[in-house]
Amino acid sequence: MREIYKKPEALKDNITHYCPGCGHGIVHRLIAEVIDELKIREQVIGVAPVGCAVLAYNYFNFDVAEAAHGRTPAVATGIKRALPDNIVFSYQGDGDLAAIGTAEIVHAANRSENISVFFVNNTVYGMTGGQMAPTTLEGQKTLTTPSGREKKTTGSPIKVCELLSVLEGARYLYRGALSTPSNILKVKKAIKDSFQIQITKKGFSLVEIISPCPTYWGLTPLESLQYIDNNLLKVFALGEIKNTVR
Amino acid sequence: MKEKQLVCGNVALSEAAIRAGCRFYFGYPITPQNEVTSYMSLRMNEVGGVFLQAESELASINMVFGAALTGAKAMTTSSSPGISLMQEGISYLAGCELPAVVVNVMRGGPGLGNIAPSQSDYFQAVKGGGHGDYRLLVFAPSTLQEIVDYTYMAFLKAGEYRMQVMILMDGLMGQMMEPVSFPEMSESFSYRNDWALTGCKKREPRSIKSLFLEEGVLERHNKSLQKKYGEIREKEILYDTFLADDADVLLTAFGFCGRLCKKAVEELRGMGIKAGLFRPITLWPFPGEVFTGLSKKSRKIFCVEMNAGQMVEDIMFYADNKNKVGFIGRTGGGIPSVSEIVKAVTGKR
Ligand SMILES: Cc1ncc(C[n+]2csc(CCOP(=O)(O)OP(=O)(O)O)c2C)c(N)n1
Repeated sequence: MREIYKKPEALKDNITHYCPGCGHGIVHRLIAEVIDELKIREQVIGVAPVGCAVLAYNYFNFDVAEAAHGRTPAVATGIKRALPDNIVFSYQGDGDLAAIGTAEIVHAANRSENISVFFVNNTVYGMTGGQMAPTTLEGQKTLTTPSGREKKTTGSPIKVCELLSVLEGARYLYRGALSTPSNILKVKKAIKDSFQIQITKKGFSLVEIISPCPTYWGLTPLESLQYIDNNLLKVFALGEIKNTVR
Repeated sequence: MKEKQLVCGNVALSEAAIRAGCRFYFGYPITPQNEVTSYMSLRMNEVGGVFLQAESELASINMVFGAALTGAKAMTTSSSPGISLMQEGISYLAGCELPAVVVNVMRGGPGLGNIAPSQSDYFQAVKGGGHGDYRLLVFAPSTLQEIVDYTYMAFLKAGEYRMQVMILMDGLMGQMMEPVSFPEMSESFSYRNDWALTGCKKREPRSIKSLFLEEGVLERHNKSLQKKYGEIREKEILYDTFLADDADVLLTAFGFCGRLCKKAVEELRGMGIKAGLFRPITLWPFPGEVFTGLSKKSRKIFCVEMNAGQMVEDIMFYADNKNKVGFIGRTGGGIPSVSEIVKAVTGKR
């Protein structure tokens, strides 16, 4: 019998707490598959955010720390400075990275900290019940924008990759989406590229992943994927936003 | 006797940290502790350590968190407003039981206050500051040699108990110069790291966290923290006395005010008044029981502080009779003079 599909070694055999159709589980799996393929599991130290992915250490089968809300890049910086030969990644949501932790991500990028950042953008605050995030679309209804996000009073969605792209230290910025199998494979490739950039000591890289949140979008898992393609990707351009490593 | 060097308090602190083996320093500029960041930027380079000027105190305390969770000796320093900003991180470090040294070179507050010396962060250091039931081991040096000795000890104790140690000093202590002798570099020690995140080579993966959602687990975690704090209360109390045994009038003070009070005691003795000094060196754990014993022998007690009356609450709590306790203090960067103290003591007699 030939085994064609199994749980990566970098994932524990636990059932996740994520809602049906949530993207976090997919992102965990992609990171784990890449870690297996690169054979770096024993060197990796992940930093879990405050957000839906806070329990990531229950799922990842390698060393994981938990940071205060938004401070994930600062914690990753401290780890990487202490252990430069280990592989360090910061895993963050949009509230964590683009609201409370804006300063930390900008400066980690600007210093070109040799870390990988995996940024799960689901356009809402999942953990606290679906409030507006900095990446919420104009007109999108959330717990704190009951009649839809209004640009006049709350601004427009922050495009993190574009924002960071002006910083010389940000070497590789990629935006992918979990909406189709082919998009998912591209995200996996970007995660691999990001780790390889770190392994070859080329500096800061970030992969933004447009990810479904059926629960707080009020859609079915399937509708959520269509919503990504039809709505989110009109605002968030996919592909390599910046690459100065090549 | 080791050769003495004439340095300012902030440099004494920095070099002592280096001698204790601290190789990770993260900080953000703020007066009156800027000598630390500038000294560390040079010195870490020389010893092959890491100096990083963070984007804020939020970042610096969380960088300390990151380095500490690998089992490294890490430190940050700041002054009052910056320490306020660090409180969330200090609470997380406590929750995760990570070793770290945090130094507050206090200045006048509240708010932006001023850059003059102050002792008004006693409550913050000793009673909490951040959220949750946690404690810091707090050292209050009174001479520059004590800055050296207790900074060194701070790293030792941080590793031994896996907790944060705070050095609480003020702008005057940071700026003034005195000859000190440093411990030899070779005397350095290292932390156990059988709990640290270093990559799961040949062992099970580890996680470091302060979130405990399962029923009862957080309470168990808190109980184990309290047990550790209890052990520290038993073993780590430090204080100094000066002519306190037969004192009729007992002055109490910490840090810089301890120096002033020593002079005041000498003057009062010269005037025929049997004065003495009780000076806590650990502000937490507070040397309460020893003080209760001393307080019984004295007729009058004064607490001298550069704040509106913070340690005096602990002094009153532990004094055998709180009606004996008077307070002499200055706020907003004011420093009580020796004659002011003497006058207050004699005038109130
Ligand atoms: C200092 C602080 N403020 C607020 C919170 C509450 N909080 C927890 S998670 C979160 C937002 C999470 O949203 P996001 O980063 O987008 O991640 P998601 O849950 O959607 O994956 C907030 C506001 C907190 N834990 N700490």
